Amino acid sequence: MSLFNVFNISGSGMSAQSTRLNTTASNIANADSVSSSAGETYRARHPVFAAAMQEAAAGQQSATGVKVLGIVESDKPLNVEYSPSHPMADKDGYIYKPNVNVIEEMTNMISASRSYQTNVQLAESAKNMLNKTLTLGQR
Amino acid sequence: MAVGFDKGFQMHAQGMVLRTQRAEVIASNIANADTPGYKAQGMDFKEALAQASRQQQATIYKSNEKHFDIRTGSEDFLKYRVPDQPDTGDGNTVDVQMERNLYLENSLEYQASVQFLNGKIKAYKKVISGGQ
Repeated sequence: MSLFNVFNISGSGMSAQSTRLNTTASNIANADSVSSSAGETYRARHPVFAAAMQEAAAGQQSATGVKVLGIVESDKPLNVEYSPSHPMADKDGYIYKPNVNVIEEMTNMISASRSYQTNVQLAESAKNMLNKTLTLGQR
Repeated sequence: MAVGFDKGFQMHAQGMVLRTQRAEVIASNIANADTPGYKAQGMDFKEALAQASRQQQATIYKSNEKHFDIRTGSEDFLKYRVPDQPDTGDGNTVDVQMERNLYLENSLEYQASVQFLNGKIKAYKKVISGGQ
């Protein structure tokens, strides 16, 4: 029954979107983490999505779920601030702040949570369709 | 038999199978709404239904295992959607709003089929029980 595949697909969408929400939460939480060298500084993380094509080709299915290929760190320049009185300042008086753009992360969060909701609604309505089918001819 | 059960059910049964497939295709479009480079697919329902009825009619008897199967390659009724908005830069052509509406429409049509079948089954039950 191919309607059960809808659960797999929307489930893959939900897990991908929750990964995205996780990275967003981590980015926002670390937006103000300060360090004293560029190497130790937190960098914004983002997941990379890809259609799960291989599994689809193996099972001869036309419908494909989504999977998270990996998480990449942003290579935008870090925010370097001159603040000699800061306890974390290096010997030249600089502190290093993450390259997290909080506004960008907030919009990302809204988009991820809406996409998650859409996937939940898909599963919900597939469930209704299956329930209707299961009670077919019973009344 | 005057009242053919499979004749009464046939069109709805095929339609429901296709609708579940269509639900699957639309679900994968929505799941991949944020995947870069993903191209939205859609089902040519008319073509799919025609193909399904053709397969139903043309079941041939095979007396030798070397005989050809007349089934043609399925799933060529899946086509890529033509996006009605310009590319946003990541090569993704999924329009979530449109897909959601199509999914809703599809599930309503599926439920309509279920309801029609329910009516048919009720009628058959009445016939079998002699109206008692």
